[in-house]
Amino acid sequence: MNESTDVSRAEFCVIACAEIFRGDGEVMASAFGTAPALGARLAKLTFTPDLVLTDGDAALMVGAPALGTPPSELTIESHMPYRKVFDVVWSGRRNLIMMASQIDRTGNQNISAIGDWAKPKAQLVGVRGAPGNTVNHPTSYWVPNHSTRSFVDQVDVVCGVGYARAVSAGPSATRFHQIRHVVSNLGVFDFETPEHVMRLRSVHPGVTVEEIVEATGFALVIPDDVPDTRLPTPEELALIRDVLDPRGLRDREVKS
Amino acid sequence: MADKRLSLDELIGELRSGMTIGIGGWGSRRKPMAAVRAMLRSNLTDLTVVSYGGPDVGLLCAAGKVRKVIFAFVTLDSIPTDPHFRVARQTGAIEALEVDEGMFYLGLLAASQRVPFLPTRAGLGSDVLALNPSLRTITSPYDDGEELVAMPALALDAAVIHVNRADAGGSGQILGPDPFFDDLFLGAAERRYVTTERLVTTEQFASEGPIQTMCISRLLTDGVIQTPGGAHFTACVPDYSRDEAFQKAYVTAAGDADAWTAFREHYLEVDEAGYQAARMDPVGGQQEVAR
Repeated sequence: MNESTDVSRAEFCVIACAEIFRGDGEVMASAFGTAPALGARLAKLTFTPDLVLTDGDAALMVGAPALGTPPSELTIESHMPYRKVFDVVWSGRRNLIMMASQIDRTGNQNISAIGDWAKPKAQLVGVRGAPGNTVNHPTSYWVPNHSTRSFVDQVDVVCGVGYARAVSAGPSATRFHQIRHVVSNLGVFDFETPEHVMRLRSVHPGVTVEEIVEATGFALVIPDDVPDTRLPTPEELALIRDVLDPRGLRDREVKS
Repeated sequence: MADKRLSLDELIGELRSGMTIGIGGWGSRRKPMAAVRAMLRSNLTDLTVVSYGGPDVGLLCAAGKVRKVIFAFVTLDSIPTDPHFRVARQTGAIEALEVDEGMFYLGLLAASQRVPFLPTRAGLGSDVLALNPSLRTITSPYDDGEELVAMPALALDAAVIHVNRADAGGSGQILGPDPFFDDLFLGAAERRYVTTERLVTTEQFASEGPIQTMCISRLLTDGVIQTPGGAHFTACVPDYSRDEAFQKAYVTAAGDADAWTAFREHYLEVDEAGYQAARMDPVGGQQEVAR
């Protein structure tokens, strides 16, 4: 694994986020956070060329420009104001990576409030579109600060709907529901277990399974053999470093 | 064509304490801030504020104008949360109805269409339903039998939005890339007000932008108020972008009682002309940042 020593932790996170879009065709990728934004762009430039990217404002853009490209330098292919985003969300033609202040064992996500919702200890941004997103199209999460405060047994407010909650809400909630992956600064997680509870899918090289167990506030399903998060190919690494993020924003979000 | 021009004071005169008021824009973008500032100076109180929330919500909470907020988020965009809204929630000073942002859209649409609710998958399984027992589900009357959320109409007593251009008859033109849900706020309201960067003649619209930008018809408006800089410090592209330095100063001041008093005295306890002059001469003599 000599090659891996040259790859930063943030770059493994970018690869893990890119993998979330593998196999997608012409769907709208929405990606919040630096590693997800880079991952969506990398997927589009490599193994998911039909992916449709937003400009972060009210348009769909051509290609996969570097993070921080001024709006005047983008080529727009379609108008996508907020009202039309709901047409996309509710039609299911979207694959999303949201952030999570808290995520739990069955995939519930919280960005609304910490503590009792009626009078919270900390008011966060609000549920935003998380309830609707999660019952309409594939959703994944990005948690750049994996700890027992972010990976909790039960979230304080269910914004993004996890597996158990979707099942208890009935077939209308499960019909289009899929939580793909959770990517953190330590590893990658999924729900590919019989009960759809969180499983360790891979560890980023340099991280141990013990560290992840220690930093997680509930019992993860841990397979006998946990693979490493895959290495970027030389082409992918060059795209990340030279084309998509020459300013190194990724290493400010996740330290190596 | 009726002349619907009003002053900010006349707008406030149309509003009453206890009303449910919709505020257009999104986050810290194209908010009718001049109208919000006029509300801050008024005797209005006990308001229910319905907003894709930004500093409008925070400022009204800080001034004690708010009984309840109906929201999906409150954000300053470049700064994740509004400090005054955080305090209002964390001290239990206000009631809250928190819904998914798509549910919010459907609530305005239902009110605009005069139907009691619209069905959606959004909300199922989430705490939006669990925490708000007033929200109900409905079973499809067709063979699919799906159980969906019945998002109730968000009927508004009044709504105010901010646009780039408007004429005296109340037609509005939004020149930025996103009209957000502003026409629906107006459609959902009994009394409907448009503030504008610039009043123009109807003939001038065509030289300002293509027909799609003329998206607020006078069918939707009762009053129009010219308020240059009226969205400041939120973004009002292409006329101006968000005043990030000012927004940062707002957040910083909110974190300290003395600083907030100074901010309030300098910027908010003056009329709109006073505000527009004061923002060119920032509190504490800090450097005006070029934008």
